[in-house]
Amino acid sequence: MDYETLKVVWWVLIGVLLIGFAVTDGFDMGVTALLRIIGRTDNERRVMLNTVGPHWDGNQVWFITAGGAIFAAWPVVYAVAFSGFYWALLLVLFALFFRPVGFEYRAKVDDDRWRLLWDTGLSIGGAVPALVFGVAFGNLLLGVPFHFDEFMRSYYTGSFWALLNPFALVTGLVSLGMLMMHGATWLQMRTTGDLHERARRWGASLAVLVAALFALAGVWLWLGIDGYVIVSTTKDTAGVITPLDKTVAVEAGAWLANYSKYPLMMLAPVLGFVGLAGAAAMSMANRSALAFIASSVALAGIILTAGFSLFPFIMPSSLNPDHSLTAWDVVSSTKTLTIMFWVAMVFVPIILAYTTWGYYKMWGRLTNEFIEENKYSTY
Amino acid sequence: MISETLVELSRLQFATTALYHFLFVPLTLGLSFILAIMESAYVMTGKQVYQDMVKFWGKLFGINFALGVTTGLTMEFQFGTNWAYYSHYVGDIFGAPLAIEGLMAFFLESTFIGLFFFGWDRLGRLQHLLVTWLVALGSNMSALWILIANGWMQNPVGAEFNYETMRMEMVSFAEVLFNPVAQVKFVHTVSAGYVTGAMFVLGISSYYMLKKRDLPFARRSFAIASSFGMAAVLSVILLGDESGYEIGDVQKAKLAAIEAEWHTEEAPAAFTLFGFPNQETMQTDYAIKIPYVLGLIATRSTDTQVTGIHDLLDEHEDRIRSGMDAYGLFTQLKAGDKSAETMAAFDEVKDDLGYGLLLKRYTDKVVDASEEQIKAAAKDSIPPVAPMFWTFRIMVAIGFTMLLLIALSFYHSARQSIDRQTWLQKAMLWAIPLPWLACEMGWFVAEYGRQPWSIGEVLPTFLSASTRSETDLMLSIAGFVLFYTGLLIAEMYLMFRYARLGPSALHTGRYHHETGGHASGAAVAQPMQSRKDKA
Repeated sequence: MDYETLKVVWWVLIGVLLIGFAVTDGFDMGVTALLRIIGRTDNERRVMLNTVGPHWDGNQVWFITAGGAIFAAWPVVYAVAFSGFYWALLLVLFALFFRPVGFEYRAKVDDDRWRLLWDTGLSIGGAVPALVFGVAFGNLLLGVPFHFDEFMRSYYTGSFWALLNPFALVTGLVSLGMLMMHGATWLQMRTTGDLHERARRWGASLAVLVAALFALAGVWLWLGIDGYVIVSTTKDTAGVITPLDKTVAVEAGAWLANYSKYPLMMLAPVLGFVGLAGAAAMSMANRSALAFIASSVALAGIILTAGFSLFPFIMPSSLNPDHSLTAWDVVSSTKTLTIMFWVAMVFVPIILAYTTWGYYKMWGRLTNEFIEENKYSTY
Repeated sequence: MISETLVELSRLQFATTALYHFLFVPLTLGLSFILAIMESAYVMTGKQVYQDMVKFWGKLFGINFALGVTTGLTMEFQFGTNWAYYSHYVGDIFGAPLAIEGLMAFFLESTFIGLFFFGWDRLGRLQHLLVTWLVALGSNMSALWILIANGWMQNPVGAEFNYETMRMEMVSFAEVLFNPVAQVKFVHTVSAGYVTGAMFVLGISSYYMLKKRDLPFARRSFAIASSFGMAAVLSVILLGDESGYEIGDVQKAKLAAIEAEWHTEEAPAAFTLFGFPNQETMQTDYAIKIPYVLGLIATRSTDTQVTGIHDLLDEHEDRIRSGMDAYGLFTQLKAGDKSAETMAAFDEVKDDLGYGLLLKRYTDKVVDASEEQIKAAAKDSIPPVAPMFWTFRIMVAIGFTMLLLIALSFYHSARQSIDRQTWLQKAMLWAIPLPWLACEMGWFVAEYGRQPWSIGEVLPTFLSASTRSETDLMLSIAGFVLFYTGLLIAEMYLMFRYARLGPSALHTGRYHHETGGHASGAAVAQPMQSRKDKA
């Protein structure tokens, strides 16, 4: 493969990993974010946690691998984004700390305060990262204040609080709402009785809410936010090029330009809305598995919408637009991209195969009685 | 210019979070294999006690594993948050093994750990056994890729500097993969993990024996751990020696610092067993030396010299001067002079570019560096001797102590005389912290000994840090201290609680706290009928 194709392929692969993360880890984060809302008794909460018990750990590796893949394929993005969004990242990290220990330690001591502590921790571990990821995407669309010096050292001049602007909070809520909806559809499939009913109601309501927020973000992006356009480059974007080799303009409405240029990209927002409508309708119709599938489609559609709007930009610089990061100029060498491409081609199908086997083996609805009978061996 | 304080704080944060993470990793590496061995015994003999062993030690494994996962996340984040320039400069090579670790190993380990805990009633006996082995395989492959990444930091083979992209780029993936330093580090580190797992099981089993509780359970656990530990402790020592041989070849400064080898001696060099290294006078006070031994270990010959610090300083000074030329030529190339001569001249000296960068600590105008600055940079190129000298010796001393303890355990376990050796049981119980101490010392020797480089002879540590403020670093360190202290308290609380409870924690009705201490587990050693065990 030539360098240019590899660059596009890696944009797609990172997208696949992010969607894989949202669809898998997203539901267990959603479940824990809903833990204290839907689960009213200790037993109900245990049912909720045990539906994701055998899977959350594997699911979380989608996140870890997406991080690793960004390091390997887009080292410049990894360096600039992680050091720039310093406190946002640490907030995510500290929130994620609660998950492995929360799941593993909660049921090991039969004490109300102990369990309440970990329940709160698990809720934070689900909700905070979901919110921050959305806020981060919102800020990517707004542009981020950073620049490079001649040695490619990056400097970030913004503050953490500046990230929490109104538009980014809307995108943050889209992200939080969609993962909670996703968790609710998962719970519909895997529980019975009151819990199942509550999950249906929450799934349907959240789907409607997310649709409204997603539409609001779209209109805001269209009317209120300037996009970025590459005007010219001093080197061919198909070859070796760094973020310092181009000129970028800021233009009103530029984030929507891709949709007229490549009309097929319209499929992403359409899928987003169709998925959300489906998740709401199927939750109401009590078709749990279809609701979960529709919810997954919605997640993919919403994430792709953000990606397509930005493309080829990944992290535009509001401070010096010329230094913006794009899919052409943040990549690793041809050699590394090629090697990593083949590694992904071999291992992703294997991962999907054994993950599916794991889900298949653990399938079925969990009941309060099951938890009572297995109280010493379950979460 | 980046402040020295910022760099020091970034280093402090990385060192403490890595050392903390490394409290949980070795036990995962070792205990996962011990669990797989116990479960194999269960499947082969059908004896219930072996399944109970897998489940009970599995509980302790889970308590430890949770913190391993938690603290591992920090490590992945930190390269980006605190070491952004490092990530940019070497991500092309260093990122690959980390991503492959996720795809090839961590997915495997994490997916099957869920089935390990929750799949007892859902999987066939052989299926569950396979799952357990895959967890062990996954965690060990994980270590392989991480140490390939780390090995490359120590000995950056298969890569070249690209002045256009301003970073190192991969030239040969095979060289990165088969980096000899990575290979010896991997086997030495996982063996250390196996020893940790063995010492953990031996110590806690000894506790039950001392308390005269659940004896068949404790004896069998002890037997498996002592034979596994015997193999592991031999290999950790032999492979550690192999490790010494490899660093002798590629990391001369580290070896010289470990051995306080101030002057190059006539081959074969003597080994300094004990003494007080003095960095000022560059000599070791009150040294006790064993003739020939260092030369034999480090060079495996009687006539190759081990280079001393004085000679290394001279050598590095030359390389710094050559690095200044490299830096000058690099500036020309960047300014657009791409004539064939400039490129050829740069290629000639570009391996010394990293040494030129050492001067950046003292001046931005590398090419005009003064004699004092060159001397100072050369002095930086040798890691401080005393900390290296001592941590290494403590690690080795603990290694040999554990060899002795495990050998005695193995002997008495094989002779079935362990019940009478209460002194050994006590020793094993109190020896539980030893492998952790040795592992942390080993980490220190490897990583502190890499200084002043983050990537050996390529990128100095002080250039690698992110451009954040000192306040950011202090606050994030405070956050880590807060969380890590709380997490450690929770972890130790559960670990002690469950270790004290013993197999009664499984609530099978077969063990001490449930039988009132009467049926001390004799019944469980019977072959299992097709009973479904819920707990």
